[in-house]
Amino acid sequence: MEIFPVLLIAIPLGGAFLIPILYKAWNRLAEIVAGLCLAAVLALSIYLAFFLVPGKPLVYLFGNWPVPLGIAFAVDRLSSFMLLVVAILVFFSYIFAIRYMDHFTGSGKFYTLYLLMLVGMNGVVMTGDLFNMFVFMEIAGLSSYALVAFGTEAEELEAGFKYMVMGEIASMMILLAIAFIYAATSTLNLADISRSFAAMDKTPGFWFVFILLMSGFSIKAAIVPFHSWLPDAHPSAPAPISALLSGVFIKVLGVYAMARILFNVYGVSRASYPAVFNALLILGLASIIIASLLALYQKDYKRLLAYSSISQIGYIVLALGIGNEFALIGALAHILSHSLGKGLLFLTSGSVVYRVGERDITKFTGGLGKQMPWTSLSYNLGALSVAGMPPFLGFFSKLFIILGAVKAGFIVPAVVAGLFAVVTLGYLLKITNKVFWGKEGIKGIKESPFVMVFAMVSLVVLLVAGGAFFFWLKPHLLQPAADVLLKGTEYAEIVFRIGAGG
Amino acid sequence: MIILVASLILFLVGLYAIITKRNMIKVAVGFSLMEYSVNFLFAIVGFRPGALPPILQAVEAGKVYSDPLPQALVLTAIVIGLGVTAFMLSLILRLYNRIGSFDLEEIQRLKG
Repeated sequence: MEIFPVLLIAIPLGGAFLIPILYKAWNRLAEIVAGLCLAAVLALSIYLAFFLVPGKPLVYLFGNWPVPLGIAFAVDRLSSFMLLVVAILVFFSYIFAIRYMDHFTGSGKFYTLYLLMLVGMNGVVMTGDLFNMFVFMEIAGLSSYALVAFGTEAEELEAGFKYMVMGEIASMMILLAIAFIYAATSTLNLADISRSFAAMDKTPGFWFVFILLMSGFSIKAAIVPFHSWLPDAHPSAPAPISALLSGVFIKVLGVYAMARILFNVYGVSRASYPAVFNALLILGLASIIIASLLALYQKDYKRLLAYSSISQIGYIVLALGIGNEFALIGALAHILSHSLGKGLLFLTSGSVVYRVGERDITKFTGGLGKQMPWTSLSYNLGALSVAGMPPFLGFFSKLFIILGAVKAGFIVPAVVAGLFAVVTLGYLLKITNKVFWGKEGIKGIKESPFVMVFAMVSLVVLLVAGGAFFFWLKPHLLQPAADVLLKGTEYAEIVFRIGAGG
Repeated sequence: MIILVASLILFLVGLYAIITKRNMIKVAVGFSLMEYSVNFLFAIVGFRPGALPPILQAVEAGKVYSDPLPQALVLTAIVIGLGVTAFMLSLILRLYNRIGSFDLEEIQRLKG
């Protein structure tokens, strides 16, 4: 078990290295190698997510240098939860991609970038070192820019360029903040930085660096007002990549990194620094409201879903801003439910594009549900979950966020969160109405190939199962992960206790 | 302190280029400026006045080592910067081949 964190990097990285060599020999080898790597990553992630002892993180020391000196991976229950979320969606998107990528040439390049993106995300989640986190962010980021522009049409290249500009500005802000933090603390280990910060005067310079870092993560997470790149970038990518970008990418590079630094490194809590949390609360509410309203006016299938992603990220940020136990459990549950749900919705968009070749929903005459029953069913159930209707997982995640808001006395945010769940349903049903329902279908269209249907239906099953077994998931998966955040700077003590021995 | 301010100014010059320039090549140059300002800052952070090179040796009292870690960080950052610049230029080149212009306003197709 000690070696698992390294395997989670080494397996996909090795796969990414092998694929460009092997696929020249036989095209399908790229898919086989990628599939084996992803299955292994999924198995390891499931094991870590459920069997890692809470409060006893795995600390892997590279080169066996004790904790403040070398680079260390620190995998606690929050990391392992995120690993699970990433692994599930990456695996099912891959299954979908097997047939979907028939559209495109260069499958070897696609799966290489796909695995590299997984390496980056896994690294960000597991690392216990600030600069190392930046390096993994850049690995994930660069592969995602390439994947957004993968189709190499003018629109896709433009979206890739815009995305890259915003993503790199964010990276540079983060790197500048890291330089300042290193100048002030002479260390890069998250646990050690946390100790130094606790002893440091909270000067204006300290908060300047804090804001620089948080703005960088906010751009990566596409929180309003930093969201302008997302509605271009996510729809332009191939559907399995859109699913990954909206489903896990913005959550890992944006929300996870933000939460980890905020709670475990800076160690702020609502009691000590309410201004920080009020700012998050307001940003979250702004994201929910503005992105939902913009989504109502969208005519493009995937662009609508992209705006919806911004609004759902708003719910997670709102929950972080509330910052009590209920809200944090809600935030983590929403990370899981939204990654499955929005991943599923983007896969259905891929399924429709695969058969019809059209994304503009005003050009549909409805009735596609007759010819593509499984896609239609998946879309509708996924939309219900994303909107937060019982009995799906999405209901419980939004319920816990709203309960947390009420418990902390934030009645207005609670009402807005509840109200905009209905707006969410409204804009998602727009697609149902225009594309899937109705009598008259487009002639000569049939259901997508089996593997694509299988990927979509599996995600639906997971959403239903997540809802049905939510009260089993809560103590076994969500509570330990939320505890990591709630314990704040105790993270540093735990990492030092395990990792300092060498 | 002056050098710190200088690197911040360089950072802002890069950001200014990215935000205001319509030519994509100039945007890419802006990114290089930003990267190098941060690398510059890292290099300063490791500097100690009158310090010894960071090699194990007998040290007189009152002497300090300079910090070797920022140099490793700068090397890593340079490699990442190379990747970013190379990929950005190749994107720009592909866009140029499609549209025949480096002007950001002329390539604008996505709106809303």
